[in-house]
Amino acid sequence: MATGPVSCNDPLMAAHLHRWPPISSFDGMIGQAVRGGESTRRQFVCRSAMLALLSSCCPSSSAALARQSDLPFQEIEDGIHVRYGLQEAMTADNHGAIANIGFIIGDESVAVVDTGTTYAQGESLMAAVRHVTDKPVSHVIATHVHLDHCFGHGAFEDAAPVFIGHHRLPGALSERGDFYLEQIKTLSLDGAETRVVQPGFLVDDAAEIDVGGRKLLLKAWPAAHTDNDLTVFDTRTGLLWAGDLLFVDRIPIVDGSINGWIDVLDELMPGDVSQVMPGHGALGSGREAIEQQKAYLVSLRDGVRAAIADGLDMTEAVAELADLAGPNWLLRDEGHGRNIIAAYAELEWE
Amino acid sequence: MKLSTSLRFAISAWLLLLVILVMPAGHPALAQDNKAWTEIRSELYGDDRTIHDGSGLLEIEAPDRAQDAALVPISIKSMIGPDDERYIKSLTIVIDENPAPVAGTFHFSRANGIADIATRVRVNAYSTIRAIAEMDDGQLYMAETFVKASGGCAAPATKNNAQAMARLGDMRMRQIGEWEVDQPAEVQLMISHPNFSGLQTDQVTQLWIPSHYVNDLAVSIDGQEILTFEGDISISENPSFNFFVMPQGEGELTARATDTKGNVFEHSWPLRMGSAS
Repeated sequence: MATGPVSCNDPLMAAHLHRWPPISSFDGMIGQAVRGGESTRRQFVCRSAMLALLSSCCPSSSAALARQSDLPFQEIEDGIHVRYGLQEAMTADNHGAIANIGFIIGDESVAVVDTGTTYAQGESLMAAVRHVTDKPVSHVIATHVHLDHCFGHGAFEDAAPVFIGHHRLPGALSERGDFYLEQIKTLSLDGAETRVVQPGFLVDDAAEIDVGGRKLLLKAWPAAHTDNDLTVFDTRTGLLWAGDLLFVDRIPIVDGSINGWIDVLDELMPGDVSQVMPGHGALGSGREAIEQQKAYLVSLRDGVRAAIADGLDMTEAVAELADLAGPNWLLRDEGHGRNIIAAYAELEWE
Repeated sequence: MKLSTSLRFAISAWLLLLVILVMPAGHPALAQDNKAWTEIRSELYGDDRTIHDGSGLLEIEAPDRAQDAALVPISIKSMIGPDDERYIKSLTIVIDENPAPVAGTFHFSRANGIADIATRVRVNAYSTIRAIAEMDDGQLYMAETFVKASGGCAAPATKNNAQAMARLGDMRMRQIGEWEVDQPAEVQLMISHPNFSGLQTDQVTQLWIPSHYVNDLAVSIDGQEILTFEGDISISENPSFNFFVMPQGEGELTARATDTKGNVFEHSWPLRMGSAS
């Protein structure tokens, strides 16, 4: 992992803990939660246990605790703020806050990149914007259809920004939206007022937006992680917001096309990219993380192709290739089997 | 030993907690399950036909937990004894909690040899999946299994709709294993099709998006019908079916698929004996 942006010793982070509520020692702990798997789990269990203890002995403080469970935003680059998602599966305990979401401030206005899983997360994002600037939110961008990324959009409707997405996002939202809203209920997330917000501006291939002296280049990719992945490149800092085209430390999920994704990875990083914000995991140079992700996807493709050639069916391929993903991938057991199935369904058509 | 009241209370509280924790997870879906099934059963077979326990006759295999809600591999194996004169005339797959619970019905003939089926389905929620066999004498037998839905961002939706549409109606046929005359031999038939469920309204236009799926499939060898299938939206994108035939030598297998927009896709392949695929 390259730069470790989240740490209580980080002056930026410390500054934010003082400037931006919630202010408590809990947030320091939560803030570190994007680090390794072990520590994440331990800290989170610890936090949950303490929250449970506190809420059981002093029920009147539960509202305050709910606010404290919001993960903090931090400025990771000049005018770029992010809330790192937890490297965990979505649960009621973590409010489904597993994806990196944030915003970019220009001289005139603010562009939001992804809004999280619920209206409540969108509201927290809006509050974080308001805490650091009075500039209006002019754009709300969805990096793709998944519910951990764009289901907080509803909280921005009153601000009437331009909602932006890949040209295939409307179809994907129409097909999956109701199911994801149901999923939010099933997971017992705080889904009040959470709704599907369709983009008003679609990116066919590439587009440019300007938030005032700061141009953001949007690119719509061929099917890769999903069939509606959109990236945001900040021309001021050279930061590429890759969405889920890049997973750092956490096992990447194939929900579009494994062949497409491997190809996209070769083009994701033109020379002017200095840093990459992944959809999950820490900010970094991107190069090493892309190589790691590509190595996994290529080995997955090779393994599944061989399984198909050997006459294995889908279920047999899942069993045969179970050990193919290295043990270091976080949430490996949640993603790897599924990836084998998705890859199989695609590659049997080659 | 005497325990203080508070300690005793604490212990019983822990015991209670322990009991709750180790109790078999009675899932709320189960109760609904039965209700859903009662209605489906009534619609499919009326209220007066007996459905026998099919556990000696059928085996249904599916993963305990759907890894990907859009692609859940299931297989149904028949275990008719060699002395049983009967054959399975049809096999219906039901996914209780899906919006369209009847995934489809396969109609067999004696020319199948073995009435085994494997396919991939969408599973919307924790659900019982059933296979109901109708014998040629009209008796019904049922086997079932329970599949937990996948979590996270998996959705029972299309992954690469554009690609499925670009090669719409393209078909593949694979002969699996060793093929010998008059011995049951396995076929995999694949159809490129989004099998789009269309259950949702378009959020922009507020119009219902029409579904678009393969609703009819007929397979024949040298003009003799072997297998037909009527399907619905629970069958995954790019439908795939494994089934058996009893080859009578080299010949030609023809598949004819129809979708809900009236498109007809027909392909034929030569069958080769010996070691295939």
